[in-house]
Amino acid sequence: MTCRLIALLLTLLLALPAAANPALEAVVADNLDQIEKPSRRTVGPLVAEIAATGPEGLALLSAWAGRALGLAGGRLVIVDGDGATDAVTGQPVADAEPRMLRPNSGVRGVIESALVAGEIASPDRARRAAALASIARDGTAAHLAALRSAAPEADPVLAARRDRIERLLTIRFDTDPAARVAAIQLMAGDVGLDFRAALNPLLATRRLAAAEEPQANIARELRPGSDDFPREAAVALLTAEGLIQPRLTPADQRAALAAHVAQGRVGGVPVAELSDPQARDRAYEALEAAGAVPPAATESETEAALAGTRFFEVYAEADPDVTDAARAAQRGAEWRLAAMSGIDLGLDALSLASIYFLAAIGLAITFGVMRVINMAHGEFIMMGAYTGYVTQTMIADRTLSLVVALPLAFAVTFAAGVALYRLVIRHLAHRPLETLLATFGVSIALQQLAKNIFGTQARPLTAPAWLEGAITVNDVISISSIRVAILVLAVLFLGLFLFIMKRTRLGLEVRAVTQNPGMAASMGINPDRIAMMTFGLGSGIAGIAGVAIGLFAQVTSELGQQYIVQSFMTVVVGGVGNIWGTLAGAGLIGVLSKVIESFNPSNTLAAQTFMILFIVIFIQFRPRGIIPQRGRAAEA
Amino acid sequence: MTRQPLILRNPSVLVVLALLAVFTLAVTLLSQAYGSGVVPTSTVKILGKTLCLALAALAMDLVWGYLGILSLGQMAFFALGGYMIGQWLMYARTEAIVAAAMAGNPIPPTAQELREAVANQIFGVVGSSELPLAWAFAHSLTAQLVLVVAVPGLLALAFGWLAFRSRVNGVYLSILTQAMTLALALWLFQNDSGFRGNNGLSGLQNIPGLDGVPQATLSVWFLWASAAALALCYVLAAWLVSGKFGSVIRAIRDDETRVRFLGYPVEGFKLVVFTLAAMITAVAGALYYPQAGIINPAELMPIASIYLAVWVAIGGRGRLYGAMIGAIAVSLLSSWFTGGRAPDLPLPGYTVKWVDWWQVALGLSFVLVTLFAPKGIAGIFDRLAGVLPPRRHGRDLGPGQGALQEKEAKA
Amino acid sequence: MSALLEVDGISVSFDGFRAINNLSFAIGAAELRAVIGPNGAGKTTFMDIVTGKTRPDSGDVRFGETSRSLLRMNEAQIARAGIGRKFQRPTVFEDQSVAANLTMALKAGRGPFAVLFWKPSAASVARVAELAAEVGLAEHTGRKAGELSHGQKQWLEIGMLLAQEPRLLLVDEPAAGMTLAEREQTTALLVRLARTRAVVVVEHDMDFVRRLDCKVTVLHQGSVLAEGTLDHVTRNPDVIEVYLGR
Repeated sequence: MTCRLIALLLTLLLALPAAANPALEAVVADNLDQIEKPSRRTVGPLVAEIAATGPEGLALLSAWAGRALGLAGGRLVIVDGDGATDAVTGQPVADAEPRMLRPNSGVRGVIESALVAGEIASPDRARRAAALASIARDGTAAHLAALRSAAPEADPVLAARRDRIERLLTIRFDTDPAARVAAIQLMAGDVGLDFRAALNPLLATRRLAAAEEPQANIARELRPGSDDFPREAAVALLTAEGLIQPRLTPADQRAALAAHVAQGRVGGVPVAELSDPQARDRAYEALEAAGAVPPAATESETEAALAGTRFFEVYAEADPDVTDAARAAQRGAEWRLAAMSGIDLGLDALSLASIYFLAAIGLAITFGVMRVINMAHGEFIMMGAYTGYVTQTMIADRTLSLVVALPLAFAVTFAAGVALYRLVIRHLAHRPLETLLATFGVSIALQQLAKNIFGTQARPLTAPAWLEGAITVNDVISISSIRVAILVLAVLFLGLFLFIMKRTRLGLEVRAVTQNPGMAASMGINPDRIAMMTFGLGSGIAGIAGVAIGLFAQVTSELGQQYIVQSFMTVVVGGVGNIWGTLAGAGLIGVLSKVIESFNPSNTLAAQTFMILFIVIFIQFRPRGIIPQRGRAAEA
Repeated sequence: MTRQPLILRNPSVLVVLALLAVFTLAVTLLSQAYGSGVVPTSTVKILGKTLCLALAALAMDLVWGYLGILSLGQMAFFALGGYMIGQWLMYARTEAIVAAAMAGNPIPPTAQELREAVANQIFGVVGSSELPLAWAFAHSLTAQLVLVVAVPGLLALAFGWLAFRSRVNGVYLSILTQAMTLALALWLFQNDSGFRGNNGLSGLQNIPGLDGVPQATLSVWFLWASAAALALCYVLAAWLVSGKFGSVIRAIRDDETRVRFLGYPVEGFKLVVFTLAAMITAVAGALYYPQAGIINPAELMPIASIYLAVWVAIGGRGRLYGAMIGAIAVSLLSSWFTGGRAPDLPLPGYTVKWVDWWQVALGLSFVLVTLFAPKGIAGIFDRLAGVLPPRRHGRDLGPGQGALQEKEAKA
Repeated sequence: MSALLEVDGISVSFDGFRAINNLSFAIGAAELRAVIGPNGAGKTTFMDIVTGKTRPDSGDVRFGETSRSLLRMNEAQIARAGIGRKFQRPTVFEDQSVAANLTMALKAGRGPFAVLFWKPSAASVARVAELAAEVGLAEHTGRKAGELSHGQKQWLEIGMLLAQEPRLLLVDEPAAGMTLAEREQTTALLVRLARTRAVVVVEHDMDFVRRLDCKVTVLHQGSVLAEGTLDHVTRNPDVIEVYLGR
């Protein structure tokens, strides 16, 4: 129970240099018999006396409470594993073979609260904090008393923590119901895990069957056959309480029949006929009549028992005031909890959306400008991730390697994109389906190539230390730092993209080519060069997305495959040729995935299935996406 | 334009049927069951499976090469067909085994106990012992045979109705079909979907009621069945694409809007072809998986359907025999190269192991075919037969592109 | 005379631009009508609305004796109701033979199963031959449409329109890309067709319109500016301003 606390104290105390302690020696010598056979009622002053002797006294107490104190030849020894030390002098004792002292729990409680009181009163802030943390982990009624009688805490942070722990312990251990109710009401609305954990045992119920209303704190009366108390549950409860005979299961029946086969017959029924359930019943009844098998509960007996019995759910906690207050507090906590879970879900969704956005933005650019689906886009993401991995193997410093990897990944995939455009896509202009297939060919070649080079096992891409961990608001709301970084990256790219499109010459030309390639060409814009640049840009962003994704996912040759379909969905749902559409698509898919997942967190496969079904149906109503291209051009 | 018999309008039908007959006869005579035994049973199975893949490619060609819809979800129907027949194969066989095992019990089992034991045997692996609703007809061969075409057909009908009605086209439609397949695969991957999750259905090579027939014989029977199905469907497809119906669907491929202005309900035509192709594919799957012995949801992953498209493209789409050639050639080559039997290619400084490099070669050769031989292998036959594309074309007509891009005014 | 097609106060806008603005229009069962107007007057959008390609924001389009509203019908249903359209650029199925193109357009059941079990009869073969002869392609029935010259494609499309036997023909710039002789032939054909059905011709070329010798509707900024004989409308000051004033 308090082992950890004691272990902590032991290590603290044993670390001190062993020195003789005359005061302790005197106290021990005077009270050896009481130490050997303590009584809960009288041991208090003695414990206080020992504690007052200093660190050695505290060490003795914690060993005593931890049942590590033994008596060997009139000396107290502290046993630690195989070794033993004299409790008073601190000298090692060889071949002690002590008789271990086994104080009862009442005595241990007194000792522990004395120890805690000592620790809480410690002048060292760190030790006070450690003591509080230890009590928070597993507090007892003894701790409550110790906390209450301890001197006021000077440090405001620790004081707040101590107050909280005291209230929690009050809820759990105080003998005065009014104090417990008051503590519960003081903490109502809190969503901390510790508060919820303190409430749960108060609200634990058990079910019982009785003829009359029992003398207990009744939560509610149950009606057999209702949704949360089906008839089978009622029958099972009756059986468990011995109010009716157990009903005969088919397996028991079969076993009973098999045990009474005689000359090819059971109870007069030929064995061959026993594949019929009715024949089995007849045979069993015959055996029952002969007294060969115990009688089974019949349907009418069960019915009568059900009718004559009332079913109750009673609280383990006896005081109705406390349970009422706890229930009210829990209801309040649940509501706030739901709201906070909603916020947490929103953060998760935002983070997922930013990943999809990063993965899809390059695809959206190329699709928007050239009406070309690049099936190798996923492999560009993978290339980016592997670039990050290779960079990390060369530069040991994680932060520096990340700073190098991001532009490097962009450069590598930009080059790959430009090469793909020049070698393949340019020659398939205006044949989108064939481009789709040709880029698919590139995709399987690149995937296998990655497998040949890096092998099939996952490669680590480790985030720098400052990106590890999470930003935690409370017990419910938290988000890992990497995801925040990815969100920032996504916002950064949105900004960069908008800047390029709205403020630069390249953006102007891209927009011109998107809207009317023929016209743009006649204005002296080279659509081929623009297409190449946008393709490179889109691929480059895929590379950066790859580094980002690699930071939290496994880098394998299939990395891209996992994101490509979602990226397509993002583009299709959002609507082509519009960055806001991609953003909306990513947002919708991110939020929806998380919301569907929250209904059944254990089954992510089902969540994905429903997600895709939703998209298929969504396309029915918005065939051109959330933000469609408008105007006459879209109709052609 | 007088009506000629189908064979005369499509001489390729006769050639294909003859080749198929010769091939089947040859394999039979060389098999272990009916002939010299030169061809081992495993090879007979591979050949039988290849014929099923050719059948799937044929259906893909109807949808893509003739109707112009690049469906990236065709293998979903293939696998669904396999699942439907697999349900019966697995249930009936498990029932026989369980019944035999329970016959030794002191008390004969009730029908209920037998069902429970079968369910436990089949679904114990996914932690369930109840027979899901989807297996309600698993005991009946007739019912499951109907479901082989009915389930994929209805799925195609429902999906097609939704997609075509909202006029989703081109790349969008391809992505949508891919999403449909992925959704189906993910659903089947779940343990509680009622199809044994990622364990799939297994032991399908054992045909209930034919325990006495050795696999060598069964494999030849399945080869015959596959060849017969392929022949029948080839004739059906050839009939479909040869008449006015063929004219209309090719017109839809080239310029859907114009066909609408001629008064044809384009969506109806698409639905008919898409659904029919789904059913043909399902039949192919139902013949394939008993030869493969096992089916699991990985078979539905979008990549499988893309490979089907690759085969059809390499073989030559818009030609029924092209699709078949592509499927047969590429799938046989793939299994040869990835099976580890192809000799390594020693290059200075590096030895190319085909197990590792075949995918790369396939991917790149696919790019090359798309770039330089858009008509695929069948294009060679066209050239031999003197069928040339219209002289005035600036460029070949891509099915997805349509006549609009090829205007002389634009050239 | 009851109207075959009645367009009643339709409006449509694209991104806030009003392409058609409260347009009303009617044509009788056997009438030839030319629609002229400067670029952007809404001529093509008007045809898009009648054939179901574009849905108007308001107004109604009624067709036939029973005055069925066309707005709830899709393109194929409208075509089956008897409205044929010839596009500005010839759109024929280039990968198929001239005969196949014409056969497809022949009036017959349009449903998938009707088409699947359709068999060419002596009558249908004769009709295709007759149509091919009428548009001067008798020699070319076996050739792929893609091999034809631009003008021949125009004629093939006209042949396909005839095969549809529509009650209302919408013709978008039929004379574009034709030789002088072909233009005369086209004029004669259109005039002859208009004896048995309604024909609406959208045209830029005033000479061509003059030769049609029919009632003329002038569109401007999505509404009817003037209507009457060509001489009548060309004297209209508004029309002069629209055509010449800028």
